[in-house]
Amino acid sequence: MILSVAALTACGEKAQTLGTKNDATAYSGAQNHFVDPGWTAGDKTSWEQHLRARGQYGMNDHSRAP
Amino acid sequence: MARMKFICDAERCIECNGCVTACKNEHEVPWGVNRRRVVTLNDGVPGEKSISVACMHCSDAPCMAVCPVNCFYKTDEGVVLHDKDICIGCGYCSYACPFGAPQFPSQGTFGVRGKMDKCTFCAGGPEANGSEAEFEKYGRNRLAEGKLPACAEMCSTKALLAGDGDMVADIFRNRVVKRNKGAEVWGWGTAYGSKQAGQAPAKVEGVKK
Repeated sequence: MILSVAALTACGEKAQTLGTKNDATAYSGAQNHFVDPGWTAGDKTSWEQHLRARGQYGMNDHSRAP
Repeated sequence: MARMKFICDAERCIECNGCVTACKNEHEVPWGVNRRRVVTLNDGVPGEKSISVACMHCSDAPCMAVCPVNCFYKTDEGVVLHDKDICIGCGYCSYACPFGAPQFPSQGTFGVRGKMDKCTFCAGGPEANGSEAEFEKYGRNRLAEGKLPACAEMCSTKALLAGDGDMVADIFRNRVVKRNKGAEVWGWGTAYGSKQAGQAPAKVEGVKK
């Protein structure tokens, strides 16, 4: 019993990778359900256009005020 | 796209701390660490000014220069990020940063610093985009979700602008032209090396006072 507990202690640990890891590009998209629709993951131009449109709509109130 | 930048419009910031709350909520930042803070100058005096401050993702980032284990890297969009698996918590970046952006969790035993934490421009870190591991270490990766940083998108007065440098500069320029005041962008020159914003004019050699 004690042996099996000791052997399984590390099973709850999450792996840590040593050395520099390569970060995926932002335009490659995210693997979750929160991705904003309206652009194609992996297409850099589409991603840039989407962010630009979102920024103009959300932050430039001069373009929205009558 | 040029590169990602922050601008805080001191004429509009009302010190509501909405950006701070949005950031803490979005990334579930632990107690004792504020990735973004609102600083008020001449607090309580008529004419006080407030600005929202976080990591500015500098063009020539001093934190990157002083890190002894080289845990920092810069993405193609100019976002300065770091790898928490490499960080040793020495605190050099904290001393080097002109904005006080890198912070350390303080719940550790015997005052142990722990891994450095800072604003990621909502771009996560070196884990799979949108993964649980990325969220636990760095918070949400909104850029990979096609969104802009939560602090700026949540700002009620649109004082805080974030996104492509050309775009935010254009929005800010339009505002200044229309209201005819408040062209100073505090921190812009320090972070991005511009000589035009809030800095003393350069000295001309050979001119006697």
